[in-house]
Amino acid sequence: MKGIILQTGVALAILGVLVAMSAGLIWLERRLLGLWQDRYGPNRAGRLGLLQVPADMIKIFTKEDWAPPFADKPVFIAAPAVIMVTVLLSFAVIPFAPGVAVADLNIGLLFFLAMSSLSVYSIVLGGWASKNKYSLLGALRASCQMLSYEVFMGLSLMGVVMLAGSFNLRDIVEAQRDLWFCVPQFAGLIIFLVAGFAESRRLPFDLPEAENELVAGFHVEYSGMKFGMFFVGEYLGIILISALITTLFFGGWLGPVLPPVVWFFVKTFAFICWFVLIRASYYRPRYDQLLSFGWKVMLPLALLNLAITGGVVLAAGR
Amino acid sequence: MVSLLKAMWIIFLHMFRKRETILYPEQKPYIPPRWRGRIILSRDPDGAERCVACYLCAAVCPVDCIALQATQDEYGRRYPEFFRINFSRCIFCGFCEEACPTYAIQLTPDFEMCEYKRPNLVYEKEDLLISGPGKYPDYNFYHVAGLAIKGKEKGEAENETPPVDIRSLLP
Repeated sequence: MKGIILQTGVALAILGVLVAMSAGLIWLERRLLGLWQDRYGPNRAGRLGLLQVPADMIKIFTKEDWAPPFADKPVFIAAPAVIMVTVLLSFAVIPFAPGVAVADLNIGLLFFLAMSSLSVYSIVLGGWASKNKYSLLGALRASCQMLSYEVFMGLSLMGVVMLAGSFNLRDIVEAQRDLWFCVPQFAGLIIFLVAGFAESRRLPFDLPEAENELVAGFHVEYSGMKFGMFFVGEYLGIILISALITTLFFGGWLGPVLPPVVWFFVKTFAFICWFVLIRASYYRPRYDQLLSFGWKVMLPLALLNLAITGGVVLAAGR
Repeated sequence: MVSLLKAMWIIFLHMFRKRETILYPEQKPYIPPRWRGRIILSRDPDGAERCVACYLCAAVCPVDCIALQATQDEYGRRYPEFFRINFSRCIFCGFCEEACPTYAIQLTPDFEMCEYKRPNLVYEKEDLLISGPGKYPDYNFYHVAGLAIKGKEKGEAENETPPVDIRSLLP
């Protein structure tokens, strides 16, 4: 009984931290973008503009909950919830520190891949139910992009799985005690980074919502908290990918002196900032360039990485 | 690939650059003197109103935001009885300044004229009139025009010869 209460407490704490972080990311991203574009970003509301977060939240919560009359109502309302649920569920398998995780699944990595595939439904259904040509085009792009990039995302992670000999994220972290996987699996890291950007639909892979050609892509018709959920889902996606990079390639909670949770969050935070830096640096590729890059460059690279890692593991006799 | 990394590095270095933003209310931006902002009515170097109520500004105004009524004093000098600019309509095009034959109406580099109530943006003559000559400190319309006003008879203007008495030339 006591164990169940403790476990529930940990799960609720993780949920709270994640939602608070994704809200704080609104502020962080705007400040960082400002920093890298020679301006200040939000700096008026409160100290350093920190009250911008509560202000945005109050605004988005008190907005009218409206659905366009031509939309497919039930699907239109369900779509934003799907992305929140799937992304939050993916966090269930991430070990924040030894013992601090919602679930200790022996197929943790597969669970993450499954959940990230499911999150495509949210975008496709949202774009479909909006009955708007721009949102439909955005949804179409999203589905195609996610399907293409998920293939080698899974393949790039298999190298890590081979080295660790387990799908369990906790075992993968423990296997990095001597050497972080970013060294032997450098190619895998690069491929996973690219796939991760495409997966979280962030610039330079934000084609589903390309503002200059599709208005806002799949969420053209969304407003208020339903839009807010797409937004939070995107930020949660950034945190998820950053946390996974940390877990799979940079030793998760491992690190000297500081407590494990602190190490995990420091590393994750660094990758979140890096996500924003990428957004500030690069332009968006054309749609056909995106797909041909995925299928013609990244997929062969991932397969090559898989084959070489497999050969080395076999030769080492592990 | 190398160029991508280089681009990222350059963007990262922008962190240490000087900010381009001007923190406005605390830090005022430079505004050129010819900037078209709040409209004023100026006075002669003598201190009298320059406006002769010719209606040219009201006629040229593309949004019809200027309203005035001409009247005369006992010496025949024209001046506006009222002069009203509705700044909620004004588009600050500066046509009124160009049309004005006496440099009376002028645009200034002031733009801080927000109001909570719309009617407060309607400026009357006492709000528009300033005490000085504005951008043309030496210009005095009645001292270059031939019209007789109080204190200046015909022929007493600058570069003006006294009028010829045509009757005295009769044989």
